[in-house]
Amino acid sequence: MRSARVLPRTRVVGIVSAVVSLALLAGCGGSDTGTGGGRSEDGKVTITMGLFGVMGYKETDLLDRYMEEHPDVTIEAEVAGDEETYYTSLQTHLAAGSGLKDIQGIEIGRVREIVDTQADRFADLSDVPGTDHFLPWKQNQITTEDGAVLGLGTDMGPMAVCYRRDMFEQAGLPTDREEVGALWADGWEQYVDVGERFMADSQDPELSYMDTSSGLFNAMIYGSSEQFYNADGDLIYQDNPAVHDAWELASQAASSGMTAALRQFQTGWDPGLANSTFATTVCPAWMLAHIQEKAGPENAGKWDVAPAPQGANWGGSFLAVNQDSPVRQEAIDLIAWLTAPEQQAYLFQELGFFPSSQEAIESPEVQNVTSEYFNDAPIGRIFGAAAQEIPDEQVLGRKDGTIKNLFAQGLQRIESQGQSPDDAWDATDEDIQHAVG
Amino acid sequence: MAASTSTPAADLRPSGPGPTSGQRRRTLLHRFDIRAAPYGFIAPFFVVFAAFSFYPLLYTFWVSLHQVELSTLDVMSWKGLGNYTDLWQDDRFWNALRNTFTIGVISTVPQLLMALGLAHLLNYHLRGSLFFRVAALAPYATSVGAAALVFSMLFERDFGMINWGLNLVGFGDVDWENEKWPAQFAISTIVIWRWTGYNALLYLAAMQAIPRDRYEAAAIDGASRWQQFRTVTIPGIRATIVFTIVLSTIGATQLFGEPLIFGQGPNGVTGGADNQYQTLGLLLYEEGWRNYQMGRAATIAWAMFLLLVLVFVLQRVISRLASRRPARRKR
Repeated sequence: MRSARVLPRTRVVGIVSAVVSLALLAGCGGSDTGTGGGRSEDGKVTITMGLFGVMGYKETDLLDRYMEEHPDVTIEAEVAGDEETYYTSLQTHLAAGSGLKDIQGIEIGRVREIVDTQADRFADLSDVPGTDHFLPWKQNQITTEDGAVLGLGTDMGPMAVCYRRDMFEQAGLPTDREEVGALWADGWEQYVDVGERFMADSQDPELSYMDTSSGLFNAMIYGSSEQFYNADGDLIYQDNPAVHDAWELASQAASSGMTAALRQFQTGWDPGLANSTFATTVCPAWMLAHIQEKAGPENAGKWDVAPAPQGANWGGSFLAVNQDSPVRQEAIDLIAWLTAPEQQAYLFQELGFFPSSQEAIESPEVQNVTSEYFNDAPIGRIFGAAAQEIPDEQVLGRKDGTIKNLFAQGLQRIESQGQSPDDAWDATDEDIQHAVG
Repeated sequence: MAASTSTPAADLRPSGPGPTSGQRRRTLLHRFDIRAAPYGFIAPFFVVFAAFSFYPLLYTFWVSLHQVELSTLDVMSWKGLGNYTDLWQDDRFWNALRNTFTIGVISTVPQLLMALGLAHLLNYHLRGSLFFRVAALAPYATSVGAAALVFSMLFERDFGMINWGLNLVGFGDVDWENEKWPAQFAISTIVIWRWTGYNALLYLAAMQAIPRDRYEAAAIDGASRWQQFRTVTIPGIRATIVFTIVLSTIGATQLFGEPLIFGQGPNGVTGGADNQYQTLGLLLYEEGWRNYQMGRAATIAWAMFLLLVLVFVLQRVISRLASRRPARRKR
């Protein structure tokens, strides 16, 4: 017979291990706290923000200033580098019903999806005082059919053409920004025509005229009131003449060899800027800071900004407040302040993020801004004029962001993989149908 | 296990004249305990396994029978096997399967061969062998993200170091990301770089367990170094080789992080503008986390699972057939 004394011990261990494993399981089910802010007993308030890319709040002293003026408020901002990653986690948090911050940034390409499917998750801001200073189309984009306003506009992206003066000069083209703008004043076709001239006359065979054809495509699409969807939410990109013209011209540029075949914001593009491999890029206002940083001080004064042939808006974001946030009112106060005209004008001066507030755009603080790096270009005036040309209504769709990326990949098929424009269109069309279906 | 801990003192206890009812119950309990305790010990693993592996597996299958979007996970519409038939007819699935296979072969075969060679070298009494062993393991300790990012810069088209080197020896630039085979080769080098050292150490451990006298006997028989390697080392570490092949096959089927980060941004998700290096893992991610179609993503997950099951059934059948034949010959 075996020992009787050791028996209880093994039994206890067996039971304990079973209990522990159950406790482990229970522990996993019980975490439901989320990452929102809160209110402590002494009246102090913590507000959390979820942001992406460079939105300017963490990069400047705006949040610190707000906390100084409101000693009871602590702001914790978390920034995800890449918008696609950010939005995926936002979707996951919305689906799981936990993990939402008090304030969430929303990019323009995602607005329609939020308005259509998540309207009840964000606070209605239509009654917030002092928020009637925005461009009308900006706030319309984030207003539901019932009139609920789900967010306040931050910046927007009026477009111009950034070009290299030194490269234009060696190709015998004018360098003055007014004259350069006049070269393509009648339309984007002329921008491509200038490219043909540049490629023929450039002394340096290594130079390309533009970084990528997808920048041109975006500029043409975003100048149109209807883009990939119509107002009813139906996909119309196959029949929309604006998409057709943009594809036609961009694929012509892509197959002509005048592009550097780079992908914007991916590896290769930054070294291209730093090593001066292309002469122009179609640039929304917010891209200027990126060019300045990546092209570096050795290229200061060589870049300049000329008006684009047609006004267009690429990008821009919103700040929204979680409907269930314990500090909802404080969060609303904060975003109303962050998007107020003075703060928008400040961000333009600091980082070049162009205001979506009509009042800010018209203010001298914005109109008189020049950029030293871009050869003292009067960027306040240039982008201000471009902003007035933007269509009064821009119809957004649920999968705008994805479709834009798929078109960029379609042009890449032509530019880098040598496919014919027709094959590339068919493949892109198939990809889009699959992605939205 | 419980029995081995019994103390000698307990065994000296006098046994009673006959079992009373209390004693009998204790004996029964004792028997039950002997039988049941082991299950108690391993229960935590299986409970955790059931909660975190088996339940998700079944739930994934349930999801794969529906159309579900990520933002509205509670709204499911029944599709039956529709997702599976769609997947079967989807060119992109077969493309991803082919890519997974080719990248798997390009990365696994050289990797294991190099690991074998490396282990053989490390097995000699080298000066500073500890340094080499640590160095061999360093890539394994590097995160996929960091490694893939560095490699994507090395393989960059205009200013990458690899093209710079190619230019030096007179070759033109290669567009590593956009061309199919260069892209697959580049991704394979990341995998090879990360895993060769790890496999080499596994082989090395197995090699050191081979008794010295076998080599001595072989040497007395006049076997060269190469013959020793073929006839003593390889059979000696056969089990480990099979193990690494199994691990590498699983790893290759699930290849995801390397191509995702190598491609960067939208191209990472689709495995290149033309899906030229999209693996099954990336296709799953694209469906689930770009198109937000969880039903289709779950279908791909199950397809990958079934594929692995199929591969291992085949492997079992083949190895059984292979082992039966020589056994008969011996008799």
